[in-house]
Amino acid sequence: MKIDIQDHMLVPKHEIMTEEEISDEFSDVDYDIKDLPKIKSKDPVAKAIGAEPGNILRITRESQTAGVFVTYRIVED
Amino acid sequence: MEDIEIKVKETIAQLNDDENLGIDFPDSYIDDLSKAYVKNDLTDDELQKLIRKLKQAYDRAHVEAGEAVGTVAAQSVGEPGTQMTMRTFHYAGVTELNVTLGLPRLIEIVDARKDIATPTMDIYFDEERRNDEEFVRTLANQIGKSTVNDILKEFNLNYGTMEVTATLDAKKIDEKRLDRDEINAAIEKAFKKADINGDEITISSQKSDKDGSKFEIRELRLLADKVRDLQISGIKNIGKVIIRKDDKEWVIHTEGSNLKEILDMDGIDHVRTTTNNIHEIGEVLGIEAARQSIIDEAQKTLSEQGLSVDVRHIMLVADIMTSEGHVKSIGRHGISGEKSSVLARAAFEETGKHLLNASIRGEVDDLTGIIENIIIGQPIPLGTGSVGVKMDYKKE
Repeated sequence: MKIDIQDHMLVPKHEIMTEEEISDEFSDVDYDIKDLPKIKSKDPVAKAIGAEPGNILRITRESQTAGVFVTYRIVED
Repeated sequence: MEDIEIKVKETIAQLNDDENLGIDFPDSYIDDLSKAYVKNDLTDDELQKLIRKLKQAYDRAHVEAGEAVGTVAAQSVGEPGTQMTMRTFHYAGVTELNVTLGLPRLIEIVDARKDIATPTMDIYFDEERRNDEEFVRTLANQIGKSTVNDILKEFNLNYGTMEVTATLDAKKIDEKRLDRDEINAAIEKAFKKADINGDEITISSQKSDKDGSKFEIRELRLLADKVRDLQISGIKNIGKVIIRKDDKEWVIHTEGSNLKEILDMDGIDHVRTTTNNIHEIGEVLGIEAARQSIIDEAQKTLSEQGLSVDVRHIMLVADIMTSEGHVKSIGRHGISGEKSSVLARAAFEETGKHLLNASIRGEVDDLTGIIENIIIGQPIPLGTGSVGVKMDYKKE
């Protein structure tokens, strides 16, 4: 595809989290990070940012209710 | 505005430091606070008071741990759903274009149907070409499906020579802004025995040299149909297109949808151009876009019927539907069919199948969910039932 799908209004910002960010964010949670919502490694946006299985993506959505909402997805095969 | 937002944030931070209120407002609240601060010309004391009040209201509005959010969402969507017209076919603002609306559409969305009844696209144009009518019309004809039938002036079957003669209408070709060479190429590619002579095209029946006269006529007629239905322009899966000018720009609506190819075309606004096919969005733009699209489509369907459902309920549905990385349906083949508990699945649909399979495989039910516990008559893990007591055995 010629165009960058990340520009599309339906696509929120996806970023790959570094190890440090992951430990900062998830060290004190009472769930396993493997239980986070998933994103396929062949998902077009995951492919575009070069995410690999096991990576955690930080997704910054524009929310109708909260203004900005940050959520996470774990990349799987 | 920005410096006011910073001021509001600072005031909140100070309140947190001084009184340990633990305020963590979402961005939209900061925005609203800043607006109220400017509009009502508040003093610093009043702002502090407002923040305290807001904190109270915010805490009250929070969902408690153990609240049955899924059940509440189901009720909140289901109840207005009963008031929806069972079968609504309506022309949504655009003449001629038929779009599924109402309950059938809502069912399509939550069932994550792959082949929806009326896929449609809204195609916008980039800034330079938004008001260029000529460009929009040319593109519309490239996108929309045209057949030979659309550009015919005359069409004859010659039973004597077993030939089909088609005369093209130059005016119609011009109107549709089609390219003559491309039309000829398409015809030549489809019919090897085509003889193109200016506007006149002669195609002889392929089996005319064989004997057996009875079938020849039938074949000639079939050939005639084939010639008429030959597609000479258009993108796969897209049928009719409708060009419309709303307030300030040209928009194309299509019957059928092919997001991937349309987004790749020149002159298209690839930020706003979209389709109503959620699976297609998932494939082309990813799972997060699909989630947003489920919310948008469900809300649009409900509000068109004059029903207002809080977005949070729809968001919950969309979150669950996309939690596995692909769009999953609610119901037997999706969420409800994948529950870990045998009893929960058996209670939903296909009771016999689930119980039989569970007994064959020797499945174990941990009785952690709601339905299982209702079935066996125990308190359910919801609300006050969701807390347990742990004992410290070492303590005397």
